[in-house]
Amino acid sequence: MSRPVQQFKAQAELSTHNLRLRATIQTALEKYAVVRDTNRRAFQDYQAARQAAAEIKWEAINHLDRYLEQFVSKLEARGTKVHWAGTGRLAREIILGIIREKKARSIIKSKTMTSEEIHLNEALEREGFEVVESDLGEFIVQLNKETPYHIVFPAMHLTRGEIKELFNRELAADASDNPEELTRVARRVLRKKYVGADIGFTGANFAVADAGMVSITENEGNARLTAALPKTLITLLGIEKVLPRLEDLALFLPLLATSGTGQPLTCYNTMYGGPRQPGESDGPEEWHVVLLDNRRTELLADAEQRDSLHCIRCGACLNVCPIFRNVGGPAYGTTYSGPVGSVITPHLRGWQDWKHLSFSSSLCGACTETCPVKIDLAHHLLQNRRKAVTQKSSLAGKLGFKLFAFIFNRPRLYRRVAPLGRLGQKLHPLVKGTRLDPAYAWTKSRATPQIAPRTFREFWRERNLHEIQQRPMQETKGQNQI
Amino acid sequence: MNEREKILARIREALTVQAPFPGEPRAPGQQRPSPAQVRKWLPPAADSFDEQLALFRQNATSLKADFYALNLRDELKSRLLALRDAEDWRKIASHSGELTDLGVSALGVPVLKTDSGYDINELEKCDAGITECDALIAQTGSVLVANRSAGGRALSVLPPHHVVLARRKQLLPDLPAAFELLKQKYGCNYPGMISFITGPSRTGDIERILVLGAHGPRKLTIFFL
Ligand code: SF4
Repeated sequence: MSRPVQQFKAQAELSTHNLRLRATIQTALEKYAVVRDTNRRAFQDYQAARQAAAEIKWEAINHLDRYLEQFVSKLEARGTKVHWAGTGRLAREIILGIIREKKARSIIKSKTMTSEEIHLNEALEREGFEVVESDLGEFIVQLNKETPYHIVFPAMHLTRGEIKELFNRELAADASDNPEELTRVARRVLRKKYVGADIGFTGANFAVADAGMVSITENEGNARLTAALPKTLITLLGIEKVLPRLEDLALFLPLLATSGTGQPLTCYNTMYGGPRQPGESDGPEEWHVVLLDNRRTELLADAEQRDSLHCIRCGACLNVCPIFRNVGGPAYGTTYSGPVGSVITPHLRGWQDWKHLSFSSSLCGACTETCPVKIDLAHHLLQNRRKAVTQKSSLAGKLGFKLFAFIFNRPRLYRRVAPLGRLGQKLHPLVKGTRLDPAYAWTKSRATPQIAPRTFREFWRERNLHEIQQRPMQETKGQNQI
Repeated sequence: MNEREKILARIREALTVQAPFPGEPRAPGQQRPSPAQVRKWLPPAADSFDEQLALFRQNATSLKADFYALNLRDELKSRLLALRDAEDWRKIASHSGELTDLGVSALGVPVLKTDSGYDINELEKCDAGITECDALIAQTGSVLVANRSAGGRALSVLPPHHVVLARRKQLLPDLPAAFELLKQKYGCNYPGMISFITGPSRTGDIERILVLGAHGPRKLTIFFL
């Protein structure tokens, strides 16, 4: 068994037994579901809006080269420096290069999952830079030395009591567990960081091709401050974030908000077109946009699953997923968890290590049902299972099935071997549930099907014998005639 | 090949295989939804001015923003003075504009202007930021600002209270109308920053409990003249 599988199982075991954690998650998600449903109902035709969004994303992804070039040339025309990074390593090098060149010390970040994907914080901290997450949830998990629990609600697993203790310990605060008071503590700490930061760092929700603008969605105002105050701004985004036209946002902003947090529209939806322009009073002097591939083109090359690049990272599929709700984000061990994470991670990080995620699904279809851009996630999970099998299955598994096929194709051999199974099962209780059990992986958590005391053949033979003895001759004759 | 060419080449190579279109095939030219179609799907926006005003008020209120429709420009002065006294404004920030000049002139407190370069530390000390805007959107209760129309990028988000002065004719029904306006107004020369501000800054990151004033303003007041 490879490491990510073991970690998934171990963590899932822990989380599912942690009733306190599960209650916290359930309450948070129930609150989300109530507002989400209200605001989805407020649409005059939600299904038509979803359908149009799926079509627009299809258009963007299936002409990605064209739209990216348009996006980039518009950005460059206004003095933004655009960098292309094929891999996470290259993206980190580019970003470190900019920071070193600026002789910067401190970096203020607004929430970006893409930087989690390339493990940016670790790389920056290794080089001795101070990196501060400014989104409240991200700030909390950073302080707690964790990774985000959820792509939209990073600190949803922590109670206010735990956050209070964390703040009082790490920030020498003296706060109660009142969320308002806790938020104020974070605000005060982070304000200082903003004003002093050399570099601002953001992600992006959409890259608008025709306007050459980056659109960022947030509630707190931290991304707006990040993009306004420091002298240098760096924005990291995956190449799949493209939307063809600015007015497409009229559809995507409300869809993202309703699915993401349940709100009709998030508090700040901001589009950036460049660094500080001549005649403008503030904003960064330099803006660097880093476009990241990191194997997205491999997903693109798979025409069947290409639409998983339509994802707008709203997190809705995580919220409805019975697996995510119970095993929680950390079990996945991936940047993107939940159904969408299970679909894309094997493509991005390798099948052998990550295929198990596609098997840990009940295929209930709730993810497909909720996705605002109509990605058929459940179907993709199924396809992944097929791919995982054709990619490579274990030697023991292969031999097992070969043997199975061999025996079942040979009736005589089968007749001989079948009673052995019964014998085996009689002996099974001796080892059942222990590691000596050759079928341990199966029997650990499942009941073993009972092998019938006689096979159908045996039954039929006996029955015929019996009948010949018992019944009147004609009937037997009649039967034989049929 | 540089990195850009390599990535673009990989994309082009990948796209040689077609992916199925997720719906009914469209005729060319029919490929994208018109603003009129989008309008029919989104939450309803009202038709008449009065209904739009009522809708904006309702949305702004449920977002916990304060909204006042004022009849006289003189009323603006007295309202601003009342805010100044209630919140004990010592220093405020604003930008040049017909409405902001009118409003700020009456306040009698030091004013930091953010029209050209200014000191961020000074702005941080201000009790309120008073700005104009590009539009109000009835459908969502949003205020649309751009750095060109609202005194830069930071003025509307750094001070703890953001006061917006809007004109009657700036009220728009919905998001599609807002994007049409942006296109008309800025054409192909978009400003460095455009923002839809929908209520005062907020967070739900602690147990999904709503807290106002996360990093941005705790209060948003909209005067509609
Ligand atoms: S796959 Fe769909 S539901 Fe899941 S995060 Fe992406 S857009 Fe949202």
